[in-house]
Amino acid sequence: MSAATAVSPEQVLQWLQAVPDPEIPVLSVLDLGVVRGVEWEGETCVVTITPTYSGCPAMREIAQDIESVLRGHGVTSTRVQTRLAPAWTTDWMTERGRRALAEYGIAPPAERAVDVSGILRRADMPAVACPLCGSLDTRLVSGFGSTSCKALYRCGACREPFDYFKTH
Amino acid sequence: MDKTLFQYLLRLGDGDLILAQRLGALIGHGPILEEDMALANTALDILGQARMWLTLAGEIEGAGRDEDALAYHRDAPQFLNPLLVERPNGDYAQTMARQFFYDVWHYYLLQSLAKSADERVAAIAAKGIKEVAYHVRRSSDLAVRLGDGTDESHARMQAAVDELWRYTGELFTDDEIDRDVAARGLGCELASLREPWLAHVRDVLQEATLTVPDEAQAYHALLRGGRQGRHTEDLGYVLAEMQHLQRAYPGAAW
Repeated sequence: MSAATAVSPEQVLQWLQAVPDPEIPVLSVLDLGVVRGVEWEGETCVVTITPTYSGCPAMREIAQDIESVLRGHGVTSTRVQTRLAPAWTTDWMTERGRRALAEYGIAPPAERAVDVSGILRRADMPAVACPLCGSLDTRLVSGFGSTSCKALYRCGACREPFDYFKTH
Repeated sequence: MDKTLFQYLLRLGDGDLILAQRLGALIGHGPILEEDMALANTALDILGQARMWLTLAGEIEGAGRDEDALAYHRDAPQFLNPLLVERPNGDYAQTMARQFFYDVWHYYLLQSLAKSADERVAAIAAKGIKEVAYHVRRSSDLAVRLGDGTDESHARMQAAVDELWRYTGELFTDDEIDRDVAARGLGCELASLREPWLAHVRDVLQEATLTVPDEAQAYHALLRGGRQGRHTEDLGYVLAEMQHLQRAYPGAAW
């Protein structure tokens, strides 16, 4: 696209709605809250993202997917840069993202960002509603589920196990 | 080059890297599937932090070494991790006692480093502490479950605590590098972490019906030096496994 800079950052953000979290495909990177900004540097579209967890292996894929989606819209030069501070929090997840998680069978974060100014214990964990039947009679099975960002729960009412997207 | 900051960052990165490698060796060997997954994910968090510390160390060194060069192409005497993290996985009590002692220390360390005058250090620490706050909660709870569990788990956990306690003194022993970065507001004096560490560890061990070892036992003259590059023979085995591929096929990529 010769007039790349004619595309507004808002338009680019709209396109990024089509970039899914590779681990949780119902969640776009916008809904996940990892896109911190879009700007043009000459003909290059610079997308700033923040990693979710320090070791999350999805971040590299997300960067590649952003480039390929923008290329599909004619943006030939894209740079995805990482910014650490302020650290990502699940508070940045959109309402649409939270609903999509629940519909997908993953309980969304049950509270606002965790206070890390002191050491918390298990008793401080919030009540998590079962995404399948809505019951609060749920129990933590393991502090981690299939990925770093999730914990494994089981519902006492419908007996189903489910993933919980941890508040972070 | 800021040589002391470079070495300080290696200490931070190496502690995380070696512990992550130890935990990684348990994948597929955990006592139950849920613990297996939890250890793997804890390892992943810590490995991610190690990568950030080592990448920053390489930038500060300015000699073209990236995280991989630092992880795969240094020998044991160049590794600056505390000895605690190179202790073998042992039984699950030993794995969790090591994790518990490290997590509590790691938490207070990152809390302090989040206030570093170097914004790159502060950013990595502020990000990492969110993960470590979760690790320390998990390992504290498991210490209680194992300590206040069956007679067998209690005895094993007490043995693990007594054994690994001797390696905890090193976590609070400053040398000229620590003092230099602390004086410049970049890092912190480890001795200042001792009191909050001990307070939390005491609380948890007491809740776990375990006996808190004597403080003096933590400072064994021979059981320190990892942060200066003097290691136990165990580190050699960890590195042999971790570095094998890059040593046999330097620069291999896929």
